[in-house]
Amino acid sequence: MLIPVFGNAIAAEELLNPMAVAFKKSLADTALNAATKAGATYCDVRIGRYLNQFVTTRDLNVENIVNTESSGVGVRVIANGAYGFCSTNLMTPDAVADAARQAVAIARANAKLQDAPIQLAPVKGVGEVAWATPFTKDWRTVPIKDKAEMLIAANKAGLDAGASFMQSLLFQVNQQKYFASTDGSYIDQDIHRLWSPVTATAVDKASGKFRTRDGLSSPAGMGYEFFDVKPEHKVRAAGGVTQLYKGGYDLIEDARACGRQAREKLTAKSVEPGKYDLVLSPEHLFLTIHESIGHATELDRVLGYEANYAGTSFATLDKWESKKFKYGSEHVNIVADKTTPGSLGCVAYDDEGVASKRWDLIRNGILVNYQVTRDQAHIIGEKESQGCSFADSWSSVQFQRMPNVSLEAGKKQLTPDEMVKDVKKGIYILGRGSYSIDQQRYNFQFGGQLYYEIKNGKIGPMLEDVAYQSNTQEFWNACTAICDQRDWRMGGSFFDGKGQPPQVSAVSHGSSTSRFNGINVINTARKIG
Amino acid sequence: MKLLNQEESKRICDKVMALSHADECRVSLSGSRTGNIRYARNSVSTAGLVENTQLTVSVAFGKRQGTASINEFDDASLEKAVRRAEDVARLAPENPEFMPAIGKQDFKGSNTYNANTAAIDPDFRADVAAQGINAARKNKLVAAGFFTDSTGFEVIANSNGLFGYQQQTSLDFSLTVRTEDGRGSGWSSSAAYDAKRFDARAVSDIAIEKALRSVDAKALEPGRYTVILEPAATSELIGRMFGGFDARRADEGRSFLSKKGGGNRLGEKLFDEQVNIWADPWDKDAPVLAWDAQSMMPRQRTDVVKNGVVSSLDYSRFWAQKQGKEATARHGNMIIAGGTKSLEELIASTKKGVLVTRTWYIRMVDPQSVLLTGLTRDGTFYIEDGKIKHPIKNFRFNESPVAMLNNIDELGRSQLISGDEVPYQMMIPPMKLRDFNFTSLSDAV
Repeated sequence: MLIPVFGNAIAAEELLNPMAVAFKKSLADTALNAATKAGATYCDVRIGRYLNQFVTTRDLNVENIVNTESSGVGVRVIANGAYGFCSTNLMTPDAVADAARQAVAIARANAKLQDAPIQLAPVKGVGEVAWATPFTKDWRTVPIKDKAEMLIAANKAGLDAGASFMQSLLFQVNQQKYFASTDGSYIDQDIHRLWSPVTATAVDKASGKFRTRDGLSSPAGMGYEFFDVKPEHKVRAAGGVTQLYKGGYDLIEDARACGRQAREKLTAKSVEPGKYDLVLSPEHLFLTIHESIGHATELDRVLGYEANYAGTSFATLDKWESKKFKYGSEHVNIVADKTTPGSLGCVAYDDEGVASKRWDLIRNGILVNYQVTRDQAHIIGEKESQGCSFADSWSSVQFQRMPNVSLEAGKKQLTPDEMVKDVKKGIYILGRGSYSIDQQRYNFQFGGQLYYEIKNGKIGPMLEDVAYQSNTQEFWNACTAICDQRDWRMGGSFFDGKGQPPQVSAVSHGSSTSRFNGINVINTARKIG
Repeated sequence: MKLLNQEESKRICDKVMALSHADECRVSLSGSRTGNIRYARNSVSTAGLVENTQLTVSVAFGKRQGTASINEFDDASLEKAVRRAEDVARLAPENPEFMPAIGKQDFKGSNTYNANTAAIDPDFRADVAAQGINAARKNKLVAAGFFTDSTGFEVIANSNGLFGYQQQTSLDFSLTVRTEDGRGSGWSSSAAYDAKRFDARAVSDIAIEKALRSVDAKALEPGRYTVILEPAATSELIGRMFGGFDARRADEGRSFLSKKGGGNRLGEKLFDEQVNIWADPWDKDAPVLAWDAQSMMPRQRTDVVKNGVVSSLDYSRFWAQKQGKEATARHGNMIIAGGTKSLEELIASTKKGVLVTRTWYIRMVDPQSVLLTGLTRDGTFYIEDGKIKHPIKNFRFNESPVAMLNNIDELGRSQLISGDEVPYQMMIPPMKLRDFNFTSLSDAV
């Protein structure tokens, strides 16, 4: 996990006063004018104020409370057909105009090594507009004392239930982003997200064994009402093996389960390696979707822009052009969106001023589209960008980042309990564990937090030392059933890394509990010294 | 804002501490100018320059601590930062593990600044990109690379009179070269302290050669093989093991260095006797700051593993006090002793084996045994009778660095590798290891 530490700490009461829109517009116009005068054919300006609060606890102690603030301006231009970017934390007209001119100079230098000029798909200016994440309780106004008490209560519940050690954290993010471009857009957005990961560790000193169980919460694009859990937010796992959540989170209840189940893992049966039918809960499957479909369908990877670090993709243009590439079975329908309420990717406009939308990536198992930005749209014959541009800071240059990428629910009525009834030899996997995939997104290995044996349609005892290894296309073609919409919920990645220098973004992935037949499971137990 | 010198930094720190009404005050101040150039598909994709200077103030009333930062340096802004830190401290619950600020220290500076590296300009960066791109074009290959350099300073101070100032420079470069048809891929990287000792063309040529040689890879059955891991293939594997050297984790029973029945495994021989690892802020090839910014303690040369024996664990100030031990500063580098042989000589002495250029997406599978999974990438070759015979398809592995460091055949000459996902500068040799566990094949090129 990447934890951004860049930023200035701030007093809570000052978080609530955003920069005046008129000030931001005037600063943006200064940069746009300076860039145009210096010869830019296009310019966009992002004025950002990024507020974070992190609370860290260990057992019954609050280890740290950190408020950070980072403000500044990033200017991107096209000059001589090439990009140039420059940023400054000095929010004065002179500094911003200087940054714009420097961006133009950098673009001119870059143009010398450029084969073909940048082509931006057209965007119609929207004038002055504003959007905010819908929420009912602003995390910035909740007293620190209440947050600390909730985390400590969670740790206590885990310790009482059997954990030797507990750790819980609270990440809260507010991104105040102002975008302006020479297309005539002035977009003011106020984005809120939060996440509360928790981990229990159980130690058996006599045997020298230790095991952990992480929380099963999902990060959300909403306010602090996320923690005001109501009965409708609770979801019963198949066989009632544990409590799950949708749209709200009972941190203390889950921490208690963490403590109990971490202890239970110490004596759980070690898995027999072999082929199993896997029943994967959305709390687990989201990361498999993220790694094997989300990243694989990023067009910048497909084209080679990430070849030196994150990698390329097996989902090449010829496969897409054939209109026949069977990414998955006919059950597999994957949609991309930046519009689902409560999701981490939900915004009204991306960092190129493109309005958010929803589109198909895989329909009836066939690869039908990618994720693109303005400069990539023409490559796949799209007339407009899908709005996938994002920068993690005013000081970072925007580039293609993943929208929410989700598996549609099955059309036939099916609950997880009904799904399990048909499985003869399987494993039910919940939660996010170890995850690794190759640089073209073929070969992956995933683990979870909780594993339960399924034998002849019944959920049996807890298993340990489980990981499954597969190939993306084989795996998604082995998908034989997906539970219906009642079971659909989102997981998400709060700190998804990509790029050089690295940037983080937050993205959600929805699914219902799904079944994959005949997947190779390995046993990960090892003995050392 | 320009990079501050020692006197300017000291003046700001003193001013901040004079403004504080708290029981104690700690200040850290850092500034940097970081340039980069990124290219892909034989064209520059982005290039930029980021300048930033930041002040962090941490104050305490008893065991209540608060922190605030700011990047403006007029008197009013400095006062605002101190008051904010004090406000947070008053709101924070008491931390029973709080440790008061340490006393004045005599830091012996390390050589982390190089004028040649500090002088890198946009032309230098563009030339690095051009070297790779032009050479790739000539060979009908496609290059993607990233070069970054940084010049800056680090300062720490506290209300007990502690003060440290040090300048730093760094540069880091990597590139991937692929064949146009995507059937071959090669990678190379270089980190250096002195820009004069950095040769972009030589680094680019290695990636080009690997790309050309890696076309038409054959599949080798997964299993246990003798491997030669290049330094960049090993650093992220071994780097992940050092978290287990935290004394508290070991004593609490949640590290591979925890002892059955309680306690830790300090003093036990857990690795092959060829394994010697130490931290040394003054190392000539991998110098790091003379202090650990979090504890503000001076770093020392410390043996971590000596002749295969675990020779030290890391003690935080709190845990050291609780256990009656001496606290240690967090290490900034890890020096792994190597031999005298080059990579080519290691290959020449290998009857059958696998050469791994680079590893990728390494994740902990089981911290109990430090079992890691990941994949080979961008240049994996089969060695027979002392020669690279042919390229092979990439593998996924499931392996523990503890097992790796027990299966050493031979070590080559150590080389500087900057951490990617691990927080250390490392000097690390190419390693010839027995029985490395490849568990499946990957189709990725």
